[in-house]
Amino acid sequence: MKNAAQTAFSATSSVLRTIGMTFMHSFRKRETVLYPEEKPYLPPRYRGRIVLTRDPDGAERCVACNLCSVSCPVDCISVVKAEDETGRWYPETFRINFSRCIYCGFCEDACPTYAIQLTPDFEMGEFDRQNMVYEKSDLTIAGVGKRPGYNFYRVAGMAVGGKDKGEAENEAKPVNIKTLLP
Amino acid sequence: MMEFTQAEALGVLATVAKTLIILVGAVLMAALMIPIERRLLGLWQDRYGPNRVGPFGSLQVVADMVKIFFKEDWIPPFADKAVFVVAPAIIMVTSLLAFAVIPFTPTWTVANLNVGVLFLLAMSSLGVYSVIFAGWASDNKYALIGAMRTAAQMISYEVFMGLSLLGVVLLAGSFNLGDIIESQRGMWNVIPQFPAFVIFFIAGCAEIHRAPFDLPEAEQELTAGYHTEYSGMKFGMFFVGEYLGIVLISCLVTVLFFGGWLGPWLPGFVWFFLKAFTFMCFFVLLRASTVRPRYDQLMAFGWKILLPIAIVNVAITGAIVVATS
Repeated sequence: MKNAAQTAFSATSSVLRTIGMTFMHSFRKRETVLYPEEKPYLPPRYRGRIVLTRDPDGAERCVACNLCSVSCPVDCISVVKAEDETGRWYPETFRINFSRCIYCGFCEDACPTYAIQLTPDFEMGEFDRQNMVYEKSDLTIAGVGKRPGYNFYRVAGMAVGGKDKGEAENEAKPVNIKTLLP
Repeated sequence: MMEFTQAEALGVLATVAKTLIILVGAVLMAALMIPIERRLLGLWQDRYGPNRVGPFGSLQVVADMVKIFFKEDWIPPFADKAVFVVAPAIIMVTSLLAFAVIPFTPTWTVANLNVGVLFLLAMSSLGVYSVIFAGWASDNKYALIGAMRTAAQMISYEVFMGLSLLGVVLLAGSFNLGDIIESQRGMWNVIPQFPAFVIFFIAGCAEIHRAPFDLPEAEQELTAGYHTEYSGMKFGMFFVGEYLGIVLISCLVTVLFFGGWLGPWLPGFVWFFLKAFTFMCFFVLLRASTVRPRYDQLMAFGWKILLPIAIVNVAITGAIVVATS
């Protein structure tokens, strides 16, 4: 009998305590972030909308190597290569279908020239699916993005546009392998 | 042909107008309970709830209603059509009929029945048919399990729901709800009849199958219980019926235990509304905080604990009433 009374008391008080504790939540801060009014902080490395950056001189970085397109798990990047009169490669078409993109960032990892980069912006809603396809002009931005001061052709050993072999930064002159002279 | 005097005709018109106002008011209050509940649940779960449509999300219910009106009202091919269609109407009709005897102010009652309490109990019992019909007609095992649980829950709870009200009736010496309110002029029934109040409130929760006694529609176990197969406006009627139940039980608790319209300074209706509204919010708080008991625990709790308490309460109240009269 005593046991039953104890059980009844503890059960009742437990229920009442629960109700009281829930009621006290009226005075707590609410966890919800009211999104459109209150923007969340996105770190600079956040993987959002993809952009094509330029090098510090203002020329486009992309060399149309197609590595991003190859690495893309959902095949949403389409690049068509072209070559200018100095022998430099550039993309004639650079098209990303954002309705397919999964924002994995593999393209950014694959890019040898830091041209393609993901940015902290995800607000890309459209009413028409066709508007989710971004052309090169939509993707290219004026700045260097996350990689300031990097210019692929200035450090690469390739002869291109007036810069010959051995003229890149930190690059030794080519060695004549046919001679024995020091 | 019957001859009406002008006074009689006006009286009939006044009654009809009153009826309509109370009907519309009850349904509106039930509809308004939906956003209120969602906002309050949000408050007690440290979130906001719907706050976009209209001021403070108050027009959310309008958006929901528009949506539900345009939904396909589908009757499953395996369902028992007639019963399937009738079931949601029953819960609406019985809940709304029960409002007829509730005295909102000394002059605002649709039907001043001298058996008001019995009428209320009868109406709330009839509401069970709705659930059982729905569960049976759906021809769906989850719906049927929900309906079975309702049946079991109702047999255990109707008994002491009625018994708990006997104490109040004994104190007032009348089944008329207006007389019961008037009898509380000195002291609200909640003080001398506290056990009855607790029992009635618990039974009321079970009656309108609200959490923690929402076994018939336990989402986690039975998808949606008896209204699993319902869609569109038929589902809407079950929904509104449930909220009408909350309004009804809150009004009943106010009338039977908290002195209805009685109260200083403010007009009677305002007191009635404030008291009833407090209980409606308390129903939401209960839903936010309590856990659902197991099916057998619920019945054991009803038969082994609440029923004896209710009987003892009636016996003691009866003894005191006899001794003092």
